[in-house]
Amino acid sequence: MYTISNRLRLTAIVLMLVGALGVGYGFISSNKTLEEVKTMLAEGDAHGGHAQASHAEETHKMETEAHVVADDAEHSDNAHDTNTHGATEAVHHGDAHAEHVMHAMHNRPWSAFYIAAFFFFMISLGVLAFYAIQYASQAGWSPLLLRVMEGITAYVLPGGLIVLLIAALSNFIGHYNIFVWMDPEVVAHDKLIQGKTGWLNVSGFIIRGLIFIAGWSLYRYFARKFSLAQDKAEDNKNFKKTFRISAAFLVFFIYTESIMSWDWIMSVDPHWFSTLFGWYVLAGMLVCGITVIALITIYLKSKGLLPKVNDSHLHDLAKFMFGFSIFWTYLWFSQFMLIWYSNIPEEVTYFVTRIEDYKLPFFGMVVMNFIFPFLILMNSDYKRVPWFVVMAGIVILAGHYVDVFNMIMPATVGDQWYIGIPEICSMLFFIGLFIFIVFTALTKAPLEPTRNPFIKESEHFHY
Amino acid sequence: MEASKVIHAIYNDDDVLMAAVKKVKAERFHIEEIYTPFPVHGLDKAMGLAPTRIAIASFMYGCVGLAVAVLMMDFIMIEDWPQNIGGKPSFSYLENMPAFVPIMFELTVFFAAHLMVITFYLRSRMWPFKKAENPDPRTTDDHFLMEISIHGNEKELHDLLSQTGAVEINVVDNTH
Repeated sequence: MYTISNRLRLTAIVLMLVGALGVGYGFISSNKTLEEVKTMLAEGDAHGGHAQASHAEETHKMETEAHVVADDAEHSDNAHDTNTHGATEAVHHGDAHAEHVMHAMHNRPWSAFYIAAFFFFMISLGVLAFYAIQYASQAGWSPLLLRVMEGITAYVLPGGLIVLLIAALSNFIGHYNIFVWMDPEVVAHDKLIQGKTGWLNVSGFIIRGLIFIAGWSLYRYFARKFSLAQDKAEDNKNFKKTFRISAAFLVFFIYTESIMSWDWIMSVDPHWFSTLFGWYVLAGMLVCGITVIALITIYLKSKGLLPKVNDSHLHDLAKFMFGFSIFWTYLWFSQFMLIWYSNIPEEVTYFVTRIEDYKLPFFGMVVMNFIFPFLILMNSDYKRVPWFVVMAGIVILAGHYVDVFNMIMPATVGDQWYIGIPEICSMLFFIGLFIFIVFTALTKAPLEPTRNPFIKESEHFHY
Repeated sequence: MEASKVIHAIYNDDDVLMAAVKKVKAERFHIEEIYTPFPVHGLDKAMGLAPTRIAIASFMYGCVGLAVAVLMMDFIMIEDWPQNIGGKPSFSYLENMPAFVPIMFELTVFFAAHLMVITFYLRSRMWPFKKAENPDPRTTDDHFLMEISIHGNEKELHDLLSQTGAVEINVVDNTH
């Protein structure tokens, strides 16, 4: 049996506390009034000598261009612009701009918190799908790692509920800070969103979310239950039951995952849509999940808790990290290239805002998620070296955080983004919570399943 | 070559063969060659063969393919005749890069795969009208053959090999 070390538990709690403080600070400091924003913007203009002035001019020019594009492509500007335009149509342009900036600032801590919550939730959901695949495909190499996966999937239920709660709270106590389609004022002025209200409405959103989370958690609950029962059983009945529910879960999962990605991510840009978005999110989810399995396995093995796990298991996990990184890149590029190539205004603004305002994160994540793991994990020998896998894993996880950041932030805060205290502390908070829940779950059962029908094969697994 | 005689030990089971290889290696005899009808997992390790470097060669061929694709399309589409085709930006390679990626990818794979296969043929000396080098046709069906050259120790080798479970031991004049 694994017992969580005091140091690890303390680290998790400290991370949560520091994170919570930072998140609180983020919410307080972003709560600026229109007047304050106006003075800030005025100061920004007044300050600075020649260089800054010309820079400001340049920015202004770019903005104007962006607005021209927006006017040309009807309804194609990002949704929060519609918000400000709708509310202050008659007001002076300066006011509209200040109000736009103010909304973006208000949205930032919400989005930062939501991104971090979703990122860790998506890791555990990716692991759950991978776990089901192991059972459904009757994999012979992985049973030694099944308990690690079960530990990580313990986060699915709390993590999913937190994501849904943040989304709901942004409607009920916030000012529609994440999903602009929740704002009735915006919907009233927006024909496109009006056409989608059959799907995009708050009660439907919450009901769908609850159904998804219930389905995933139920599978997780029963798979775990049967897995533990199998250890004490005389026959393989429990294994067969898990096999069956895993196959059923995978069907349920692929539908609900797609819908979840439309609801929880794509709908931040309610004017935009993409067909392969669900698979794109899925690919990121799986690569992050497998990376976390590898990292936790390496950690537990370094503590001597998984003595039967050998470097061939690590090699297999690293191969999956490599393969799914390429799969993610394939989908990222397919989505980008199809839209870039045809350049249809109503679709392409999605990438226009990202390339104009998010150049470094947008292209930087391709380096982190593709080029770095591609070159590092290509060599067969490197895939067996723990610190190489850890290094690649950390870059992949950071890269996929930036990926989620790129999906949410441009729609909610636009060009007011920065990776500062709200973003980092939100991450710290959820890292702490994730470690706490996952490692507590790992203490609940022996780390090696004893009576899995494939356990012998897994113990002697050798590549 | 001084060794004009070789000894052929024939086995009919790959497990027996593996044990024999380990024993012969332990006695520090040099195995010239082993003929098997199918890949025997772990045989190369038991024989102490050096790992293949064909994957490294393939990686380098892939880099060549990528370079060919980039240079070719940069010259054709950007340098030589930068037409406006359907509004695609042809001012610099980077600006129109997404459109070139499918070709870059395919040429990388094409070069990596084909040149690697050709390298394999060259290194393992295989070509269409090559004369088969098979000492015993049964090794393509269900027998395994280990070949060791004799340096005046025929008796000693014969005894060792007969202990390893060989079903047949032949001494052959190595005239080919």
